Amino acid sequence: MTEKSDLPQGTLDLLILKVVALGPVHGYAIAQRLEQVSRGVVQVPQGSLYPALHRLENRDLLASDWEETETGREAKFYRLTRKGRTQLETEAASWQRLIDAVGLVLKLSEGGVK
Amino acid sequence: MSWWQRLLRRRKMEDQLDKELRFHIEQHTSELIALGRDPQEARRQARLALGGPEQVKEKCRDARGTRWLEDLLQDFRYAIRMLGKQPGFAAVALLTLALGSGATTVMFTVVNGVLLKPLPYPEPGRLVAVHGHSDSWNTAVYGEQNVAYPDFLDCQRSSRSLAMAGFVYSGGILGEPGTPEFVDRREITSELFSVLGVPLFRGRAFLPEEDRPGGAPVIILSYSLWQRRFAGDPRTVGLSLILDDKSYTVVGITPPRFQLDGEEGDVFTALGQDTAGYLRNRRAHPVGVVARLRPGATLAQSSAELGLIGRQLAAQYPDSNAGRSFVATPLHPDVEDVRSTLWLLLGAVGLVLLIACVNVASLLLARAVSRDRELAMRVALGASRGRLVRQCLTESAVLGLSGGALGILVAAAGFRPFVQFWPGALPRADEVQLDWRVLLFALTASLVSGLLFGLAPALRAPVRDVEQTLRAGGRTMAGSSRRLHSGFVISEVALAVVLLVAAGMLGRTLLRLSSLNPGVNIRNVLVTRMALSPAALSNPAGIRAAWQDVLDRARRVPGVESIAAVDTFPMRQGENQLGYWNTPAVPPENQQPLALATSVTPDYLNVMGIPLLKGRFFDDHDRRESEPVIVIDEVLAQQAFGTQECVGKRLWIPGMSGPNWSEGNDSLRVVGVVGHVRHWGLARDDQAPVRAQFYYPFAQVPDSALRRWSELMSIAARTNIPPLNVVESLRLELRGATGGATGDQALYQVRTLEQLASNSLARQRFLLLLFGIFAGLALLLACIGIYGVLAYLTGQRVPEFGVRIALGASARDVMRLVLRQSLGMIFVGVGVGIFAALAAGRLLMHTVDGMQSTEPSTFAIMIPILTVAALLASIVPARRASRIDPVRALRQD
Repeated sequence: MTEKSDLPQGTLDLLILKVVALGPVHGYAIAQRLEQVSRGVVQVPQGSLYPALHRLENRDLLASDWEETETGREAKFYRLTRKGRTQLETEAASWQRLIDAVGLVLKLSEGGVK
Repeated sequence: MSWWQRLLRRRKMEDQLDKELRFHIEQHTSELIALGRDPQEARRQARLALGGPEQVKEKCRDARGTRWLEDLLQDFRYAIRMLGKQPGFAAVALLTLALGSGATTVMFTVVNGVLLKPLPYPEPGRLVAVHGHSDSWNTAVYGEQNVAYPDFLDCQRSSRSLAMAGFVYSGGILGEPGTPEFVDRREITSELFSVLGVPLFRGRAFLPEEDRPGGAPVIILSYSLWQRRFAGDPRTVGLSLILDDKSYTVVGITPPRFQLDGEEGDVFTALGQDTAGYLRNRRAHPVGVVARLRPGATLAQSSAELGLIGRQLAAQYPDSNAGRSFVATPLHPDVEDVRSTLWLLLGAVGLVLLIACVNVASLLLARAVSRDRELAMRVALGASRGRLVRQCLTESAVLGLSGGALGILVAAAGFRPFVQFWPGALPRADEVQLDWRVLLFALTASLVSGLLFGLAPALRAPVRDVEQTLRAGGRTMAGSSRRLHSGFVISEVALAVVLLVAAGMLGRTLLRLSSLNPGVNIRNVLVTRMALSPAALSNPAGIRAAWQDVLDRARRVPGVESIAAVDTFPMRQGENQLGYWNTPAVPPENQQPLALATSVTPDYLNVMGIPLLKGRFFDDHDRRESEPVIVIDEVLAQQAFGTQECVGKRLWIPGMSGPNWSEGNDSLRVVGVVGHVRHWGLARDDQAPVRAQFYYPFAQVPDSALRRWSELMSIAARTNIPPLNVVESLRLELRGATGGATGDQALYQVRTLEQLASNSLARQRFLLLLFGIFAGLALLLACIGIYGVLAYLTGQRVPEFGVRIALGASARDVMRLVLRQSLGMIFVGVGVGIFAALAAGRLLMHTVDGMQSTEPSTFAIMIPILTVAALLASIVPARRASRIDPVRALRQD
C-alpha cells in the first residue's frame, strides 16, 4: 500500500466540485471516486464528506435531487450549479498556479540562485 | 432554498439527512459483503469508516447555517417551559411588566399622536406658515402676528416660491333650515384646499371668481356640521341656507376630521367677498397664512423672497408697513400648550417602568442564584459560556416581550379613556391611535427592558466556579450578588422617592392654588356668549338698543339677580392687551407697559363681586357723549401711580384714542380703583406677563368699532338659584324679538364661573392624579421588590441564623439583624432619591404653572411614608428568619 496523505486545507471542496462536475452523483460514489482516482493517496475522511456537501449546497455551489440508482434505490444525487462551475474554474486555476509556483521553487538547485 | 424555508422544513431535512447517511452505510456494507466480508463485520466496518452518525449529523446541521435560529427556538421553548413551571414568579413578573410597559405605551401613544406625527396633509414637510413681523411687535408677549389682507394679496401675487392661502376666524348665526345656531366660520381664500392638498369630500372648493367682492354667495360645510344638521344627506350640496341673514349655496363638504389650524370649524365662506373695513386696512392683521413650497423651491428661498416683498411694501406704504416684514416657518401643529406636560408624564411613567424592570431583575437574580447548580451542570456537560449567556438573555427577552405584549393590550384599552380624561381639549386628539410607531416603541422598550433586567443574572451565571458550585449545592453566596441585590433595592427606593416627592409637590401646589382668592365671587355666576340677531347689527344705534334690550329681558328672568355684558372673561381664553402711559409723552409702542382692557356694562362689578376700593364704578351717565372714563385695578394703580392718589388722574392709552375713539380727548380719566382679578386663572396669574387691568364702559365704545365689539360680547348673570337652572328660561327669553322679532339670537358656550375657576386648575389636578397613581404604583412595586430581595437574602442566611440562634441569639436579635440590613438599604435609597427629587422638582417648576420650589415639608411627609411602607415589607421575612429552628437549619447544610 502506498503512503496516504492528509488533504491540504480547503482542497476537499475543490475535489468534490471536480467529481460532481462529471455528472450527477451521490455521496457514497463521490467518496469512492475520490479514492479511486487518487489511487488511494487521498483518503477522504468520510465523516467530513457530508458536512462539506451540505456546506457547498448551502452556498448554492451544488444542487441536489432524489433519484433512483441503477440498483433501484433512492439516493440523493448532487449536481453542479452554474455558480459551482465558475467556482470550480477559478479554484482549479488558482490551484494550478500554486502547484506551478511550488514546483518551480522545489526545482531550484541547491547552490543558490544565479 | 432560503434560510427560513430550511428552518420551516427542518423536520423533512432531518429525515433526508438520515436517509442519505443510511444509504451511504448500506452501500458501503453491501460492497464490503461483495468483497467477501462477513455481513456483520461489513456493517461494523462501514459504520467505523463514516464515524459516529450523530456527530456527522451535527456537523451537517452546522453546515446548514440556521444553527443560531434553532438554538434560539430551543432556548425560547425552554424559557417558556421554565416560566410555566413557576407560575407564581411568572405571574408577578408579568404583572409588574404589564403595568410598567402598559402605562408607558399609553403615554407614548399620546405623545406619538400629539407631538410626533406629522400634520395630516399630503407632503406636510413642504407646508409653511407665513407670519408678519414688525419692530414694534413683541412676539414674546403677543405671539406670532398674522398678516393684513392687502399685504396677503400682494405677497400671493409676487411670490414665485410659495402657493399661498389665507383664512380669517369669524362666526355667524346659521338660520334656516333648522333652529338658529351660532357656528364657527372660517373665511378662506379659494386656494386653501389645494394648498393643503386636501380634496373635498363632496362637491368642490371655491372658484377664484367666487373669491372676489360680489362673487356668487357660496359656502362649504364641515363634515361634522353636515352630519349633525343635515344627517349626511348627499343632496345637501346645491341647497341654500341662511347665514347671518344672507343666503348661501352649499358647494362642498370637507372630508371627515379635516382641520385647519387645529380646529374643525363649522362653515367656510369666501374671504374675498367680505367687504369689511378691517380687511382693507394694512394696519389690521387678521389673516392666517398657510403656504406650500412650489416644486424645487426651498424654505430659505421663500424667506428671502418674502423679505424682499416686505421691503417693497414698506417703501410703497410707509404709513402702515414701515418696519414690517414677513417670515416663512415650517408649519407645525400648535401643541406648545401640552408639549411639556406630555413629556413630563412620559418621563414619570418611564420611572415606573424602570422600577418594574429593577423589580423583575431582582426576582430573576434571586432565581439565577438558586439555579447555579443547574447552570454549573450544563457547563460541566460542555455548554459554552456564550451559550449560557444567550440562554439567560433569551429567557429575560421572553419575559420582556410577553410583558410588552400585555402592555400593548393595556395601551389599546387605555389610551382612549386617557385622552377623554385629559382636562380641556387635547390638541390633535383624533390623531392619537395605535400605529406602527407605537408597536415599534413597545417592542423596543420591552426588549431593552428585557436586556436591562436580564443582563445581571446572565453575566453572573457562568463566572461561577463549576466545581465549587456543584459541591456547595447553591448554598453559598457571592458578595457581588448581595451587593447587586442591595443596589436593586436602593435604586427602587430612590425612584419611588422621586415620584412620591413629585406627587407631594403637586398636591401642595393644588391646595395652595385652590385656596387663592380669584378676585371675583365665583359662586352663582353664569357666563355665556351671546350672538345678537343679525338684523340688529345694521347700524350702531340698533346695536346699542339690542344690547340694552338683552340686558332688560335677562333681568326679568326669574332667578337672575343682576346682569352685565362684558367682552372678555377672567379664566377664559381671550383678552385685549393695550399699552398705556401716565403722561402725554407716550413712548413708542414696544416700550409701553401693557394692561388688560375689558369693556363692561355698569352692573359688572355687582355680578362678579369685585370689591370697589376707591372712587366709583360706571353708571348710566357714562355715555358716548360724556368724558371717557376708566376704572383700574389695584395692580395697575400700583404700576401707573405708585403710592399716589389715582382717582381723578388720567391715563394715555393709544389703542383707545385717536379719531375713532374719543373725539377731542387724548386720554382717559380714572374714576375708580377695584380689586385685582386673577384673569389668567388661579395657577397662571402670578407668572403672567401682563397682570394690570382696567375697565371701560361698553357705552363709550365708538360707533365704528361697535359691530366688531358686539361680536365679542358675552353676558354674565348673578343668580340666586343654581346658575345652570336659569339657562333654559334665559335662552328662551333672549332668543326672540329684538327689533324685527326674528327669533334668531343664540346663547353659546354657556358656563358657570365656578366651572371656569375649576378648569383653570384642571391641568394641575390632572397631573396630581396621575403622579399620585404613579407614586402609588412605585411605592407598591418598591415594597414588593424589597420584600422579594429580603426574603431571598434571609433565605440564603438560614444556616447562619441557625448557628446564631444555637449560640444563644434571641428571636429579637435575629429580627433586628434583618431589619437593620433592610434599613441600611432604604436609607441609602432615600439619600440618593432626595437628590434626584430635587432635580425632578426643578423640572416640575418649569413645566407646571403655579408650582413652587421643593419645600422641606414635602420631604418630611413623603419620606416617612416610604420608610414605613418599606419596613413593613421587610417585617415578614424578618419574622420568618427569627422563627428558624436551629436544629433543622444546621442539618440542612
